[in-house]
Amino acid sequence: MAKITMREALRQAMDEEMARDENVILLGEEVALYNGAYKVSKGLHDKYGSARVRDTPITEEGFTGIGIGAAIGGLRPIVEWMTFNFSIQALDQVLNNAAKMLHMSGGQVRVPIVFRGPNGPAEYLSSQHSQALQSIYAHIPGLIVISPATPYDAKGLLKSAVRNDNPVVFLEGELMYAWEGEVPEGEYLIDIGTADIKRTGKDATVVTYGKPLKVVTEAAAALAGEGIDIEIVDLRTIKPLDEAAVYESVKKTNRCVVVDETWPVASVASYVGYLVSKNCFDDLDAPVEVITSEDVPMPYNHKLELAVQPSSEKVIRAVKKTLYL
Amino acid sequence: MAQYVQMIALSPTMEEGTIQKWNVKTGDKIESGTVLCEVETDKATMDYESTDEGTLLAILVKEGGSAKIGDPIAIIGKEGEDISSLKKPEQKPVEKKTGIKPEKAEEPEGFKPGIAPPRTKGRIRISPLARKLAGNYGIDPEKIPGSGPGGRIIKRDIVKYAAGTKGQGEIPAVKYQPDVLKDEVIVLNRNRKIAAQKLSESKFTAPHYYLRLSVASDGLLAFREKINSEAGNVKISLNAFLIKLAAESLKRHPVVNSSWDNDRIIRHGSIDIGLAVALEDGLIVPVVRDCGNKGVYQIDEELRAMIARARENKLSLDEITGATFTISNLGSFGIDEFTAIINPPGSAILAVGRIIREAVVDEQDKIGIQKTIRFTLSCDHRVINGAEGARFMQTFKNNLESPYHVLL
Amino acid sequence: MAGNKADTYDIKSFKKDFLLSLLEKMVLIRRFEEMASKMYGLKKIGGFLHLYIGEEAVAVGAIAALDLKKDAVFTAYRDHGHAIACGSDVRALMAELYGKITGISRGKGGSMHFFDVKNHFFGGNGIVGAHIPVAGGYALKLSVKGEDGVVLCMFGDGAIHQGSFHETLNLARLWNLPVIFICENNQYGMGTFFKRVSSVHNFSLMGKSYDIPGKQVDGMNVLTVYREVSEAVERARKEKLPAFLEIKTYRYKGHSMSDPATYRTREELDAYKNLDPIVYLKAELIENKLLTEEEFGKIDGKARKKVAEAVDFAEKSEEPDIKTLYEDVIV
Repeated sequence: MAKITMREALRQAMDEEMARDENVILLGEEVALYNGAYKVSKGLHDKYGSARVRDTPITEEGFTGIGIGAAIGGLRPIVEWMTFNFSIQALDQVLNNAAKMLHMSGGQVRVPIVFRGPNGPAEYLSSQHSQALQSIYAHIPGLIVISPATPYDAKGLLKSAVRNDNPVVFLEGELMYAWEGEVPEGEYLIDIGTADIKRTGKDATVVTYGKPLKVVTEAAAALAGEGIDIEIVDLRTIKPLDEAAVYESVKKTNRCVVVDETWPVASVASYVGYLVSKNCFDDLDAPVEVITSEDVPMPYNHKLELAVQPSSEKVIRAVKKTLYL
Repeated sequence: MAQYVQMIALSPTMEEGTIQKWNVKTGDKIESGTVLCEVETDKATMDYESTDEGTLLAILVKEGGSAKIGDPIAIIGKEGEDISSLKKPEQKPVEKKTGIKPEKAEEPEGFKPGIAPPRTKGRIRISPLARKLAGNYGIDPEKIPGSGPGGRIIKRDIVKYAAGTKGQGEIPAVKYQPDVLKDEVIVLNRNRKIAAQKLSESKFTAPHYYLRLSVASDGLLAFREKINSEAGNVKISLNAFLIKLAAESLKRHPVVNSSWDNDRIIRHGSIDIGLAVALEDGLIVPVVRDCGNKGVYQIDEELRAMIARARENKLSLDEITGATFTISNLGSFGIDEFTAIINPPGSAILAVGRIIREAVVDEQDKIGIQKTIRFTLSCDHRVINGAEGARFMQTFKNNLESPYHVLL
Repeated sequence: MAGNKADTYDIKSFKKDFLLSLLEKMVLIRRFEEMASKMYGLKKIGGFLHLYIGEEAVAVGAIAALDLKKDAVFTAYRDHGHAIACGSDVRALMAELYGKITGISRGKGGSMHFFDVKNHFFGGNGIVGAHIPVAGGYALKLSVKGEDGVVLCMFGDGAIHQGSFHETLNLARLWNLPVIFICENNQYGMGTFFKRVSSVHNFSLMGKSYDIPGKQVDGMNVLTVYREVSEAVERARKEKLPAFLEIKTYRYKGHSMSDPATYRTREELDAYKNLDPIVYLKAELIENKLLTEEEFGKIDGKARKKVAEAVDFAEKSEEPDIKTLYEDVIV
């Protein structure tokens, strides 16, 4: 199997879907002539032209709303936000229009659209450009929220997202674009709402998704050296959540650690922690542990910004805590 | 066709409006948008614009009058139309749009409380709290059926199990039966009602204080034995002796044989002593009259007869009221000592504990075994001062330890 | 500007049936709104209720200029008139106000969120200005697919200072989207007179920064509205260019039912009532012998009957089942 980058996997997904369905268009800042701020849309403008790959001015609310209107009309737009940090400029459009049109119209209006772009902490970018915002989107009924951790998952899920009839918020890790992973040659899709067991183990379950899968995998290797065998459940889709996969694993291991790079309050992690505590109540041998980013804006200083985020050391400590070690 | 003009809410919170001024009069032509009247709402004065057209046939609420939402305030129709048979608008109570609670049966699936899957073999489903409690009680959770979701053992199961097995060697499996926890209503009989009323009145109005005293009863018990051996068949009860000795003490301290009567004290001539007797469904206090002038035989005989009749519920009201002093003896239940509630109209009650064999050091510093009884006198401070009560107890102690004192 | 002088058209150039259909629609909207107001007063309807009384000529005249087989209408929350002008069933609209399952949006939208996709009416948006880019997006679809439809994007004077308006105008001209932006200037953004919050008092100029032609239109005259919007529609259809119209109008009622409208005088209101679009068209038709009082009475009676039937339908309709609350969230 070929090893490709996350960036390339996402590009392939968009390319294949644009080739397959002429209603798929791409909108966003620098997506066309510049080939994408992070080069995810490289070559797409050349291939599909200015009608379908459109550079927008820096008006997140405007072009996001335009994408929603185009979706209502029958297109399948992909709206690229240069980063999720800027998506908040367009939050009203996503929250009040994309997520609610189907409902407010009593089922008459569908909004098949994908909002995608880089999300989560990067490096040396301070507070406004380095934040994980998925909990905000996960909070809103009417949206599908996806956050893949590998190039394979990213490609299969983005293709499914484009074909889905709901508004999909698709969060990519800014630091993950250059990460490599195996992706098969032929076309494949991954079902939205299915988690993936990234490592099987018997001693404790670690639930995570997106970029922190890396530190969790590192922690697993270190723990294996100590004879501790953890199972890693990668959610892949945040909403709808594959609850069954999580419970099945926790019922096997009787211990659960949730790792999430969002802030802790009202987060994806806190919700998963609640669900496990409630639905695996009789199967837990220890309280659920939750590792998130610290509840502070991101500092510029590198030592500090690393201290804010989940790390393999933090994961190891939490796993041991659930094992009373 | 004529129709009623109904009062409408002219502000979102208005329930009722007062018509300040009619801008039209009967016979006027009304169009859509014609301001009919000015209505004072809870917020402001608002114009009431007509949505109907025609001629104003009648005004039903005069200026200054008020109308609730939906009340008819006028009639609009064709000029000259007969309105005598016009039906009043249906006066349905206004539905509140807010606060409609979905009925339980209608709860959507997503709202169902999570039911855990059934108990799996080999593992015990138990809440962390229940597990901790089981440890505290030394109970093996394996033996306990759980009453929580999916058979989970929860706190109430442990508590119930622990209560049901106290003092038993083998722990039987207690089936959890919710019915056991049901409340039961017990209808009180007349005696209990009276006792409840009297006792609470006494406890909450008479300021009680308590005097405690240990008495060596060897002398009394020997005395009683002697008399009983001489009396043949009859066995005089200890209570009869206590009544007699208390009566003799009361003679010397008449202040203890008194009653509080609003703002005065009544010192009783007769010493009428009640004895608290436990019945199956309550308590009764038969009263032996004039104990100061009766011998212990007579007291015992009267007491016996009254207790027998009490058990048949045949005592008259006269026989159970008016004690000027009361004795309550819980010694036969193994009670060491206790404090009793004064039984009005008396101002003192003597609580008697069990006979305790104990080691005592006498005045010569020698250790001996003594049969002690602990007495506690509850006194109504309004009637009996502390020293008076104490003096009485001193006398009573002397009488008990050396019954011949009554002769002195 | 709002003065309904018939100087921009010759009434004889219109077909009689068309003129009567405009009158019928305006009367139906008026009667519907009066009934909605009454039922709100009797507490049959809750929440926000923004009435369109006085503004009927704008929606009716503008939407009459469209071909709803290919064109589309987007508006804000004062949306009853637009839905009726698009041809929605007034029974389903009244049932929506009642929150019934038979409502046009299944009782999920209420007054502010009428949607009627089969009549190409896309709501019904409650956030001031938020539907403007969405309307632009629908036009983008027409543009990308090479279809010859146009989009009517209607909003109030309160929305014109929102960023979404300016962002969308820029994009619409940049991408040559066939969308006609109509600012229904009823002169009060809630309780605030528009001149108190705008540096520009002639809104029609506001398209100029984005190279979009603008015009002020008398919104109390339905035929003027129709003529001007028709012109813009034709240009948009042919040249694929956006247009911007400021249509001046007036609402007789408060912003919503809880607004006693104390910020304006009785005289001002009465002055506009003298320019009433229904009264004016009726008078003009009678003057030109295209209508008699009796015929008008019939039109009015028909509208009243339709609205009464709508109330009856709404009253008799079922409440939505609780389980429907999980429907229409995700496809």
